[in-house]
Amino acid sequence: MFAFLVRRISQAVFVMLVISLLGFSIRHQIGDPVRDLVGVSVSVAEREALRDELGLNDPFHVQYLRFLKGLLKGDLGQSFFFKKPALDVILAKMPATLELVFCAGVIIVVFSVPLGMYAAIRPKSFFSRLIMGGSIVGVSIPVFLTAILLIYLFSVILGWLPSYGRGELVMVGGWQTGMLTADGWLHLILPSIALSSIMLPLFIRLIRSEMMEVLETEYIRFAHAKGLSKVRVWLVHGFRNTLLPVITVGGVQIGTMIAFTILTETVFQWHGMGFMFLEAVQRADTSLLVAYLMVVGFLFVVVNTLVDILYGIVNPKVRVSGRQ
Amino acid sequence: MKKIGLTIICALALTCFGAGSLFAKEIRLAFDSDPVSLDPHMQLSGGMLMYSHQVFDPLVRWTQEMEFEPRLAEKWERIDDLTMRFHLRKGVKFHSGNPFTAKDVAWTMNRLKESQDFRGLFEAFVEARPVDDHTVDLITDRPYGLVLSLATYIFPMDSVFYTGTDAQGQSKGLINKTGPSFANANASGTGPFRVTARQHGVRTVFDRFEGYWDKNSPGNVSRMILTPIRNDATRVAALLSGDVDFIVPVPPQDQDRIERHNDVKLVTMSGTRIIMLQMNQKRRPEFQDVRVRQAIVHAVNNKGIVDRIMRGRATVAGQQSPKGYSGYNENLVPRYDLDKARRLMKEAGYEKGFEVTMIAPNDRYVNDARIAEAIVPMLARINIRVNLQTMPKAQYWDEFDAQVADIQLIGWHSDTEDSGNFTEYLAMCPNVETGYGQYNSGNYCNPKVDALTLACQTETDMEKRNAMLREIEQILYDDAAFVPLHWQDLSWAARKNLEIEKIVNVQDFPYFGDLVVK
Repeated sequence: MFAFLVRRISQAVFVMLVISLLGFSIRHQIGDPVRDLVGVSVSVAEREALRDELGLNDPFHVQYLRFLKGLLKGDLGQSFFFKKPALDVILAKMPATLELVFCAGVIIVVFSVPLGMYAAIRPKSFFSRLIMGGSIVGVSIPVFLTAILLIYLFSVILGWLPSYGRGELVMVGGWQTGMLTADGWLHLILPSIALSSIMLPLFIRLIRSEMMEVLETEYIRFAHAKGLSKVRVWLVHGFRNTLLPVITVGGVQIGTMIAFTILTETVFQWHGMGFMFLEAVQRADTSLLVAYLMVVGFLFVVVNTLVDILYGIVNPKVRVSGRQ
Repeated sequence: MKKIGLTIICALALTCFGAGSLFAKEIRLAFDSDPVSLDPHMQLSGGMLMYSHQVFDPLVRWTQEMEFEPRLAEKWERIDDLTMRFHLRKGVKFHSGNPFTAKDVAWTMNRLKESQDFRGLFEAFVEARPVDDHTVDLITDRPYGLVLSLATYIFPMDSVFYTGTDAQGQSKGLINKTGPSFANANASGTGPFRVTARQHGVRTVFDRFEGYWDKNSPGNVSRMILTPIRNDATRVAALLSGDVDFIVPVPPQDQDRIERHNDVKLVTMSGTRIIMLQMNQKRRPEFQDVRVRQAIVHAVNNKGIVDRIMRGRATVAGQQSPKGYSGYNENLVPRYDLDKARRLMKEAGYEKGFEVTMIAPNDRYVNDARIAEAIVPMLARINIRVNLQTMPKAQYWDEFDAQVADIQLIGWHSDTEDSGNFTEYLAMCPNVETGYGQYNSGNYCNPKVDALTLACQTETDMEKRNAMLREIEQILYDDAAFVPLHWQDLSWAARKNLEIEKIVNVQDFPYFGDLVVK
């Protein structure tokens, strides 16, 4: 296990270096951050002076080395727009995204498992066809459209749910949460549904097809023949064995879901990392962008490591490398 | 003990009741962005000026009729060619409790002259010299006709409050565009509202300032909560669902809907931001021929663009100055005429046409990319084949400055609300040293226009000055210096009980201090 972790960490360091280099090299294509700092009538000379002050006129390798030096001290640079350390900005926005992803994740698990299993066990029933048909629709509607439709239906027409934002927030030791107030929960409903709308159908279909395959295998027939109860066969023998591929895909998808929050957060004015990222692109806040890429890259590495460890627990036959 | 507890509860209940329903009018605003800083001199932009009008007060301000209204200056008089004397209002207090005096005006003027964004605007000003506590002279280095227009940009700051050093050891008055500063996070003005809570980019709370000097203001809003909502559809949905009370801007595609809605209303006003195309004569020898430029102007159906793309929510333009500006010349009408355009191309010897490149932003002006796309087939009719590229504003302005394309789109709002500003930036010969023609990517250069524009700057006889400004428009029109498209409308929407029609203006600085909520 220890060797595995060491290997993982060294891989992570390498990945982060590559990300930072990529982020650094594209940042000049994104635009000029100084433009966003000044009004239109400010002269070229004034802008140049500002660029000098910010060190944007230094050669690429000087800027990059300066960035790496800061990185060793845990400093990811300073956001041009917020005028604060980029890492602080990102960490302050992270709870919003994590809460959203968590709620969407809960919706996905709660609905995809029973629905997927049902569709696998009774593939020909009318309800199964309805689930599968519905999931095709769900997969094909882009998430921002789903989000806008939800807002118009539940906020504008019916007036049941709030249309934007996070509602009333409570600070719990540096974590700004909306999960402790009724208002906060109301605000979470629509964004969570919108965010889960893409992944939920995908997981239903995945669980269904995997489970159908498992149900065809010899040991399931044998279990039935042995006279075990149907529920036990489905849950213990069937479902457990479908879990492995589901976890693999799920691990990757958690990362993707963080990417999908960009769209959901923008439509709902949800102040998380995704929304911050999009605004940073529009403002050409390049130092914040690079820092965001680093943080998200780091999250991906962590999630994948956790998935690999979880693998071994679900299926003892699979051993993480370095744990012979 | 029990009694005390009961009293507290009663008191609490009373306060809550009082604050919730009796006197307090709380409104929720949604803009597309929030002020970038609490420092009014951080950036010269519409958003920051809108903020300045809430927390600070200018010496004078514009009315809806484009006249000057006394604010912190009660009256003013010209002493000589270089001096304008302002008599300041007495008994005005800053949010900090400090009294407002002529010293604050002088201090603010010095700071304006240091601000990267504002010092260009105040270039002609030498200083604000206090005569006594409530009289101040604004002194310019040349006879200057726009002193009052620029006085609308002087929002006196609390000099005592901003003097000294903060916890980081920086001067409290420092203007810091790249890092934290005292003024970025703290504000003390004389305005109707104080900022009581702020989460940058998320939420700003403005509470009515109890000691506000203007007791005659009908305004009854006690608290405003500003949340930026970036996405157009969400901002409209938030208004329609009752989550916010006021939004700006209103996307054109939703304006009809809002007008038809029972609970909300739409207020629009013809705007002053000119959208135009510049034809680069340095890149294209063809554009040096006035007939070719005229042909392009005649080929562009700007009325069609306004009708179809802008859905009527804009005014077709034939010149830079919108109606109401001193340089507006009513003879200069839009000139769409395809036959004439073809004839001109033939005369110029370009009947077969040529190929050009064009760039436009896609997230800066209302429908900018669609306008640019509509230009392509219009010019194809006179055989000019356009290769168009649109891009986000974050990338656009660098490309614009580098003049990477033959035709470039730009919108311009005159910071001085005066016609001269258009010409100074868009039509004077580009000159790096003086900064004139900074956004003239067409490289149009006419010494006569330059001479007239400079003469306007020092002309204090307004009649003479206006005549010169109108003459400039005429020359630019005859020379087809640029392709005028339209002035985009300003739009606001609010719940019916907000009397916003009285507080909005063509500068797009709603005076929320005077807002009446029924």
